[in-house]
Formats: sequence, C-alpha cells, structure tokens
Amino acid sequence: MYTQMMDLPGQVSKGTATAEMSAEERAFQATVDAEGKIEPRDWMPEAYRKTLLRQISQHAHSEIVGMYPEGNWISRAPSLKRKAILIAKVQDEGGHGLYLYSAAETLGQSRDQMMAALNSGKAKYSSIFNYPTLSWSDVGAIGWLVDGAAIMNQIPLCRCSYGPYARAMIRVCKEESFHQRQGFDIMLTLARGTQKQKEMAQDALNRWWWPVLQMFGPPDKDSVHSGQSAAWKIKRVSNDDLRQKFIDATVPQAELLGLTIPDPKLAWDPERGHYDIGEIDWEEFRRVVNGDGPLNRERLATRVEAYEEGQWVRDAAVAYAEKQRTRTHKEAA
Amino acid sequence: MSANEKEWPLWEVFIRSKQGLDHKHCGSLHAPDAKMAIRLARDVYTRRSEGVSIWVVPSNAITAADPSERESFVDPMADKIFRHPTFYELPDEVKHM
Repeated sequence: MYTQMMDLPGQVSKGTATAEMSAEERAFQATVDAEGKIEPRDWMPEAYRKTLLRQISQHAHSEIVGMYPEGNWISRAPSLKRKAILIAKVQDEGGHGLYLYSAAETLGQSRDQMMAALNSGKAKYSSIFNYPTLSWSDVGAIGWLVDGAAIMNQIPLCRCSYGPYARAMIRVCKEESFHQRQGFDIMLTLARGTQKQKEMAQDALNRWWWPVLQMFGPPDKDSVHSGQSAAWKIKRVSNDDLRQKFIDATVPQAELLGLTIPDPKLAWDPERGHYDIGEIDWEEFRRVVNGDGPLNRERLATRVEAYEEGQWVRDAAVAYAEKQRTRTHKEAA
Repeated sequence: MSANEKEWPLWEVFIRSKQGLDHKHCGSLHAPDAKMAIRLARDVYTRRSEGVSIWVVPSNAITAADPSERESFVDPMADKIFRHPTFYELPDEVKHM
C-alpha cells in the first residue's frame, strides 16, 4: 500500500521464538496478543520500533508526495466547485502527512531527519504517485481508485498495536471517505456526459487500474516479513486479501459507471465467491518502486524545490520568534 | 540539509470540541512560536469544525509519569474496591441511594 516496499526482501529482521524472548519482550508480546496498545514510552523490541518507524514515515511521505498528482489540476479544475473540493482534498492529504509524521516522531526520529530522507531519495513512498495525471478524469480516478484502495488498507491499521499510529489512522479514515466519494462523483459525471467525456473516464480507468492493484504490494507468497508484522499486529490483513477485497468492491462500481475494467481475464468465480483477475505486472512494480517509474525523478525534484524555496519562510519564522522572545525578556527586566 | 538548520519546536495540541467539554489531547505539531502553533493547529486538527477552542503547550514542558513504574505507581489503586458504590450491598427496601 502506501508502505508497499516494506514487503521487499531485506527490509526487516526475522521474528523471535517465545523461548528466546527476554522477560520484557514476553510482556510486550502478551500486551499485543491481548489487543492492548503500545505507547511511545513503553518498552518495545528494537525491530518493532524500526519497522514502525519505517512504515509510518513511508506512509507520511506517500501522503505528502500524493499531493502532487492532484495538485497539478487545481488551477485547471473545470468549475469553481470542483476547484474548491480539490483544494480541500489536497489540503487533507497534507494534514494526513502531518498526523503521520507526528506519530513517527514518537519513535525517536526528528521531522528534519525524515524530510532529509525523503528529499535525498533514500526514503520510499507509494509507487502510485509516480504516474502522471494527464487529464481531468485522472483526478476522478485517483479519488475513486487510489483513495478507495487506501481506505481498504487503512481501516485495519486503525487497530494497529502502536497507539499513536492507530489514532492517526482513525483520524485519516474519517476524512478519507469524502476523498473517494468526490472522485466517484467526478467519474459519474463524466460517465453520464458526452461520448468524449465517457471516453476520458474510460481512459483514466485503463491507465490507473493496474498500478492501483500494485499498491497493495507483492503477492503474499513473495512478501517477506508479513509473519512478523502480523504477530506484532502492525499488519492485520495480507496484501492479497486486501487486494481481493478491493477488486470485489470496485468491479460492481465500474459496472454502475458503465466502464470496462481493462482486464480480459476478469471473471466472477462463484466457487470462491470472488473475482479472478489476470496477471499483475510485478516487473513494472519493481521498476517503479526502485525509482524508475514515469515520474519518480520529477516528483522528487518538485519536493526538493518546494523544500528549498520554503527555507526562507521557515528561517524568517524562527528569527521572528526569537526576536519576540528577546523583546519580552527585555520588557520583563 | 545542513546540521545547523533550526527545527521548529514541538507543541502538543489540545482541543475543546464544544463548550462545556474538556480540552482533549489530539496530537502534536511543529511551530516557531505559540501564536503560529495555534494557527497551524487550527489548520491541521480542526478542518471540519472539530473544535471551538485550542490550547498548545510546548512538548518539553510536559512532565509524565514513568510507564515502567506503573506497577508500583498506579496498580495499588485497583485494591480499593470499597471506593466504588457497587461494593456495598443494600437491602432491597432501600430503593435509591
């Protein structure tokens, strides 16, 4: 999902058998097993801290970079109403990034360190934001599909064992459903519009469908650390299960829109009670995650530029705060 | 990013959701001073009218109990069940007390 690269090889240490656990670790695991929450100052295994820090910061980075594909359309929105909605939506994404950075900071990394990791290209964010938004219909498709996929992933995270992450996710989920609905609303308007508008909607679905399915991360058989994350109750539903849930929910919505999912192998399997799909291009996924997607370089460059151009504002705010403090001290003296 | 850059200090944010209720901790944020912290808290935590009043407190001004002392510090309170009204059995004749 927003942290899909967590599942690639070499990311996290193996789990520990109960017999090898220290007394502290056994107490920690007992709390987690009993659906208790771990709070910032509680004892936690170093690997748990590292895994969470990586996951929450990647999630935060995804929210921040996720503002760019849609941000490109704010000045080109087709009406004032759509523009106001899109601004509110993009502002929400920025807010979600802030909730998540705050949660990550409780694990002992500073905001500046996380920003530096993102800007240097060292930290990852979701592969989905490296695809371009070529037409207005892409804004609809992102809300409907990308945010729809994000909701599937984030709802189980509301019950994550780490308190600050779970609380951030609850806040995010409350706001996210507006995002999906506004996207679907755009798709619905286009699908019920002129032939040209309907073609725009279909074109967006064609381009976003497969990258969205890749958002859920590699298949369970190739997902390296799901076991440990599940034992820690960080990851509560597997990649394949979430992906299936998303497909089952989305196919009828596409039918309602009168659009065709770009997968000739898509078919309802009455025995499984689920939709079957064709083969996902995991080579494409690996390429995009590893920095070679259509827009990886551009996204990062935009991010670095925004950071550097905002430096004088941050400096001025600090200088002003210092001046005010000195003045207050002088008056007191 | 250079090492001498100054990170904005961290603030804890408390929101009163409506008149008559307590301010409740809802998260934290970075801001250069208290005034900016309040403004940013409005934008980050009350975009859907979640609050009518905001407090911000510098995070480093908060002193917290040590979670590792929970056993000796908090748990003894659980012994005193006689502090709860349900500890006392009343004859049925006493209808409300």
